[in-house]
Amino acid sequence: MSEHYDLLIVGAGPAGMAAALAAAPSGARIALLDDNPVPGGQIWRDGPGAHLPPLARRLRDGLERHAIPVWSGTRVVAAAGPQALLLEDPTRGWRVRYDRLILCTGARERLLPFPGWTLPGVTGAGGLQALIKGGLPVAGERLVIAGSGPLLLASAATARAAGAHLLRIAEQAPLAALARFTAGLPRWPGKALQAARLFDHRYRAGSHVLEALGDDRLEGVRLWQDGSTVELACERLACGFGLVPNTQLAEALECALRDDAVAVDDWQATSRPHHYAAGECTGFGGSELALVEGAIAGHAAVGEQTQARRLFPRRQRWQRFADALARDFALDPRLKTLARPDTLVCRCEDVPYAALAGRDGWTDAKLVSRCGMGACQGRICGGAARVLFGWTPPAPRPPLSPARIETLLCLEDEA
Amino acid sequence: MIDVHLDGRPLRVAPGTTVAAALCLGGDGSSRTSVGGQRRAPFCGMGVCQECRVEIDGQRRLACQTLCQPGMRVETRP
Repeated sequence: MSEHYDLLIVGAGPAGMAAALAAAPSGARIALLDDNPVPGGQIWRDGPGAHLPPLARRLRDGLERHAIPVWSGTRVVAAAGPQALLLEDPTRGWRVRYDRLILCTGARERLLPFPGWTLPGVTGAGGLQALIKGGLPVAGERLVIAGSGPLLLASAATARAAGAHLLRIAEQAPLAALARFTAGLPRWPGKALQAARLFDHRYRAGSHVLEALGDDRLEGVRLWQDGSTVELACERLACGFGLVPNTQLAEALECALRDDAVAVDDWQATSRPHHYAAGECTGFGGSELALVEGAIAGHAAVGEQTQARRLFPRRQRWQRFADALARDFALDPRLKTLARPDTLVCRCEDVPYAALAGRDGWTDAKLVSRCGMGACQGRICGGAARVLFGWTPPAPRPPLSPARIETLLCLEDEA
Repeated sequence: MIDVHLDGRPLRVAPGTTVAAALCLGGDGSSRTSVGGQRRAPFCGMGVCQECRVEIDGQRRLACQTLCQPGMRVETRP
């Protein structure tokens, strides 16, 4: 027997939690599933190195108060029928049916290949922040942060609070774009304050990573800065080039995409009836936008159009912030040329740049190499290939994440 | 505090510590050996890249998405 819910929500970050809490008073039977160890998404990831804001605690407490089941450490393996998903956690695989689904699958970091990026000591920028929250010790380590977007500052603040010795924040966007972004910030006073608090004098605009140095682990980094190259010795390099919406599950469910994000209407409804999406899987814009989108989706999914409509102006205000982010942190085309012929692009299958350059597209590249066929299923190299070569990977096929055979057998049981 | 085993060696960590953090607290931080023979370490930190996959009590799991539990046995060189 499979379980059944009126409303199933995938992802317990700001959007997913807000969706659940908006829908809860309707009396709908709701469940929330999430891949991470505890609810909160990446921004409110908890752990020994985390400092949760009161809002995150209030939302988590709200889920408990409404007795909404939260399945943490749980992944969606496949669609399992017209309105059903196959799920897996460390102990079991099972099938859940739903009347309405809200996708709050968030975004992942855009991670681009450069020489040395596979060395231990190199992580994503948000990646380092997440690892530190989970207890990674960085006290006394020399750290360089590089890439693009406000996440670099947030990651730097977390690392410094954990005792890391921050040497540099290299933002690839030019100073003029940053000046425009900063000049617009007073329209969102909370964001202006946040920026002022996070600002760091080691921040450089128009600067990007060229190479991570070291043999068996990171020993230093070569940066492009102020028109020349500089080398800094360091133990850690955290590098992220903005965010990529997680659309795999939406694509598997045949929801349409727009601009590489899940396409939604005013009600956060996707192209597929009864399927909604909210938060950064519909385009990145920060937690404020995710919260209001999630609440709109939650209300709309239980038929409360009036409550949903009341939130439209707030969504519009934060959408403008998201638009400014996308415009002012556009990627410098030079970042496409960092990889050398022997630089690995696919980290799972160790496929170098030379094996991919000159191919016709993603499918052609897969026919001649194992690119995108490893454990991450092209989530890292597919995002990179999109930037480097302009390739669009096709919709993913199940299983959407590595799964146990026993889990896949659940599909047979229900057939 | 929580007692775990990392590659056969005992290690004591704070509650809520991820296995990814434990790799660094009790070892060189690396998680696996790539098909080309390179050692790799947790990279994306949020369950996407699969670089941090290790063997935990005989199951392949992601170190960054798994919290240390009492008695857990983690192997980075299975």
